[in-house]
Amino acid sequence: MSPALIAALPFLGAALPSLLIRTGRNNAAGVSAVITGLALLGLLLHLPTTLAGGVVETRIDWLPWLGLNLNFWIDGLGMLFATMILGIGLLVILYARYYLSNKDPVGQFYTYLLLFQGAMVGIVLSDNILLLLVFWELTSLTSFLLIGYWKHLPAGRQGARMALTVTGLGGLSMIAGMLILGQIAGSYDISEILRHKDAIQASPLYIPALLLILGGAFTKSAQFPFHFWLPHAMAAPTPVSAYLHSATMVKAGLFLMARLWPVLSGTPEWFYIVSTVGLITMLIAAYIAIFKHDMKALLAFSTVSHLGLITFMLGLGTQAGALAAVFHIINHATFKAALFMSAGIVDHEAGTRDLTRVGGLRKLMPITFAISTIAALSMAGIPFFNGFLSKEMMLEAAAHTVWLDNYWIVPAMATLAALLSATYAFRFIHHAFFGEVATDLPKTPHDPPMGMWLSPAFLVVLVLAIGIFPMAVAGPYVQMATNAVVGGGYHMHPLKIWHGFTPALYMSAIAVLGGILFLTAHGPCQRVWDRMPRPEAKVMFDWVVGRVQLGADRLTQGLYTGAMARYLMLFALAAVGAGLYAFSTGSMGPQTRALTPVNGAAVTAWILLLTATMCIVAFHHNRILALVLISIVGLIVSISFVYLSAPDLAMTQISVEVVTAVLMLLALNFLPKVTKIESSRFKISFDVCIAVIGGVAVAGLIYALMTRDFAFPPMSGYMLENSYNLAGGDNVVNVILVDFRGYDTYGEITVLGIAALVIFALTEALLQGASSRKLIAWRPDVARGGDKHPLLLLVATRVMMPIALVVGLFIFLRGHNLPGGGFIAGLIVAIALVMQYMASGFAWTQARQKVYYHVLIASGVLVAGITGAGAFFGGLPFLTSNFGYVKLPGLDKFELATAAGFDLGVFLGVVGSVMLALGGLSRLARRAAMGEHDGEEGAHIAAEKPEARVLAPLSAGPYPPEAKVPRRWWRTARAAREATTAERDAVHANKIKTQEEDH
Amino acid sequence: MEVLVASAIGVLTAAGIYMILRLRTFPVVVGMSLLSYAVNVFLFASGRLVVNEPPILRDGVTSYTDPIPQALVLTAIVISFGMTAVAVMLALGAFIEAGDDRIDLDAQEDEQ
Repeated sequence: MSPALIAALPFLGAALPSLLIRTGRNNAAGVSAVITGLALLGLLLHLPTTLAGGVVETRIDWLPWLGLNLNFWIDGLGMLFATMILGIGLLVILYARYYLSNKDPVGQFYTYLLLFQGAMVGIVLSDNILLLLVFWELTSLTSFLLIGYWKHLPAGRQGARMALTVTGLGGLSMIAGMLILGQIAGSYDISEILRHKDAIQASPLYIPALLLILGGAFTKSAQFPFHFWLPHAMAAPTPVSAYLHSATMVKAGLFLMARLWPVLSGTPEWFYIVSTVGLITMLIAAYIAIFKHDMKALLAFSTVSHLGLITFMLGLGTQAGALAAVFHIINHATFKAALFMSAGIVDHEAGTRDLTRVGGLRKLMPITFAISTIAALSMAGIPFFNGFLSKEMMLEAAAHTVWLDNYWIVPAMATLAALLSATYAFRFIHHAFFGEVATDLPKTPHDPPMGMWLSPAFLVVLVLAIGIFPMAVAGPYVQMATNAVVGGGYHMHPLKIWHGFTPALYMSAIAVLGGILFLTAHGPCQRVWDRMPRPEAKVMFDWVVGRVQLGADRLTQGLYTGAMARYLMLFALAAVGAGLYAFSTGSMGPQTRALTPVNGAAVTAWILLLTATMCIVAFHHNRILALVLISIVGLIVSISFVYLSAPDLAMTQISVEVVTAVLMLLALNFLPKVTKIESSRFKISFDVCIAVIGGVAVAGLIYALMTRDFAFPPMSGYMLENSYNLAGGDNVVNVILVDFRGYDTYGEITVLGIAALVIFALTEALLQGASSRKLIAWRPDVARGGDKHPLLLLVATRVMMPIALVVGLFIFLRGHNLPGGGFIAGLIVAIALVMQYMASGFAWTQARQKVYYHVLIASGVLVAGITGAGAFFGGLPFLTSNFGYVKLPGLDKFELATAAGFDLGVFLGVVGSVMLALGGLSRLARRAAMGEHDGEEGAHIAAEKPEARVLAPLSAGPYPPEAKVPRRWWRTARAAREATTAERDAVHANKIKTQEEDH
Repeated sequence: MEVLVASAIGVLTAAGIYMILRLRTFPVVVGMSLLSYAVNVFLFASGRLVVNEPPILRDGVTSYTDPIPQALVLTAIVISFGMTAVAVMLALGAFIEAGDDRIDLDAQEDEQ
């Protein structure tokens, strides 16, 4: 099986347990086991290759230009770790099936477990450090889900958060370190990096890279002073603890140190940082573990301590150290997973795992007792158990370690740590299984069903097998992995139990005997410990997190003051500053273009524009005047476009002017008609200064630009040459829009449609609740004109409508060859429709509207998209257009281009968007008008939405037939007639009724 | 001509900036419109000013103005209408909800 597939299998299968949980827990567990088993099988098929020192690779290019590729490999180290991850994963899946209760979401559990497993396998099989980082972050995230699995427990949630924060921060530091490492080595592939030991260690960036990478490894592997998250993660269900803290999550940091050992180790920096941190962690955590009453907490600190041991061994930088590390990784995984599972069994069956409460369990739970004892004796380092062998190697290595010219401190600390380790192991057995039989337990303990003890039993069989026949059982694996760690060429001496009377043996004897002695004195020592003040990691962590949060809040409040004028001012100044910087650092060529001559008309327009603009600034407090003035500006801009050879722009600008003016007037209906003068003189002069600076900068820039030729030949040449040949159009602007840059246009009509829908959604929100009542209560602040629907305007617009539509069609059709096109035609048709609304009122027009504007927007985008996708049938890329000439009898030859279909989409999108936007505003106006007139006139407005009738008791009168607004997306003409008739009947009936009452 | 266009853009920009620094929504919307004009004309002018050479292909004519800025500005004009409409709607919504058309959350700021 390909290494990539092995890593992918758990991810691919992760959804299955959640889907199958409906068919029972057994199936969810079963499918997880099958997936894991398959991956394990696929992995073990490569075992012969890796045992022979070979490497299996898969290389898939992902983002080669970034050096990020899906490169996987299985070498000795990866094989060892992947076997542990998948093997213990299998055992945990079995164990969890019996451990978790019916009430737990078991399907989710297996899904999380498989995701986590996949991430872990991904880490150990990656041959690319960037890929490894992706998986590394994934383990942080998925372990968060696992640790916080019992969402109802605050401790679980807090523990998960703490684990994520600490390992996540470490991950960030590691990303930086890995990037540096990749830069030095010139490749992000691990197999390549491992060949550049000298270059990496000689680099001035070696120390930063080392520190950053160790930051990631130490946080993940819970090394002092980042060890505190691990005990808090014990709030997780025990299967999670057994998995995360024996073979997987916390071993990831060790894996990374082992993986990069060939290039990073061997320097004094490596030795002093790594081995010292490991030694301190080993010692402190072992000491704390002795005084923990919670069995899982004791095991948690013992895990930290053993991780310290392995770190210490890796830090030595010697082959003997690497061997001890690899061997202890295997041994620790076996006995610690078994111990966690046993603690879980005790908890599950006795209802508590407090060592001060349980006792004498050996009689009640003989099987559990046997399993726990074997595993704990291995942890204590007793001969014939596998823990003894690697601990001996550690002590032997420690005995020969010189630390800052000191010969005794490292051996002494290592022996002390071993002694403490033996103490807590003995205590674990003694306090739980010996002594008086506890009678006041929540449940009466007994051995669990076989499914629950099978997993730990299998592990302790391994413990014994490795302990008694180390070379036969574990030898080849240890040789293979150690060879990979040290970078090849390694030949291991056979693993033996008896090495003769070595210093390690004496140290070991001291440790075991001392451990027993310490345990006898445990009672008094515990009392001293309980009285001693000691730093509480969680409190400190919470304090730091609280401070950081406070700081972030202050920063946000400082930056986001809600004073928009200030942001805009800063924005304007920053833009000018950036331009100034570019100007001062760049260079500018001489003026190369002659100025275009000026005529009288241009000067007149210029004077008009300037006057209008200045008047806006001066008289903007009168808002209606400001609107009139801004329309003058728009007109002059349109005329300038005509003069400066841009007919399409002129037509677009002038149509947009019309709809903008309508829009602003509709808005002004509600807004105050005057702006109060409230800025101080100082603010005004300050703003004027900023405005002048901005204006001068922009004017200078564009003047410089216009008086110089293009620095490079523009793309326009290509478009002008090929507009006719490739796209069959003479109007190059339109051809660019619908063909050359069709993708842009497609995006733009989509954005326009989204803007219109946003407006629609805002309108809907305003038409409900409090704002609706405010609208109804709203009174106009200026006098209304006498005639609501002037007859002259009414007749004129009715007559104009068909003409305007024909003009729109004409503009649309000619757009490909002459000024015009979908945008302009859409605007013209929208204006024609708006005129109807203005003259005849919203209700009248709306009642005659057959298609909703939403539908127009959607069909516009769809038509454009489908036309573009049509190119796929010709095997061409999206939006490639085609054209041909058609000759119909009686007509001239004319052109048919697929681009016309696209332009139709643009047209529909523009009509729909403009109308929907303006319609939203007029709906507000209608709601407001409801309260304005009592009785009849308000009535026809109230029919707009069903709930409005409820809100407006004023409008109890009859509804004129035309007030009915379609509530469905589509409305057939027949349905419309029926609705109208029904209403007419209702009105008629109402009238008769009223007359009868009058009589 | 270039002087006229450049100065017009400058004046439009300055007026736009001044208006968006006001404290009520309506002047800010007006300011945005002015800035839209300025930016559109700026983009258009970056294709250099050419008189009487519209980019409509005709037989026997070889010299045309640059069509690309025109295409860009054409969509920009339409999009700026969409943007103005959204801004107007937001301003209106805020006014109806709050009964006030200030743009600053901070009341102190308004007193300036």
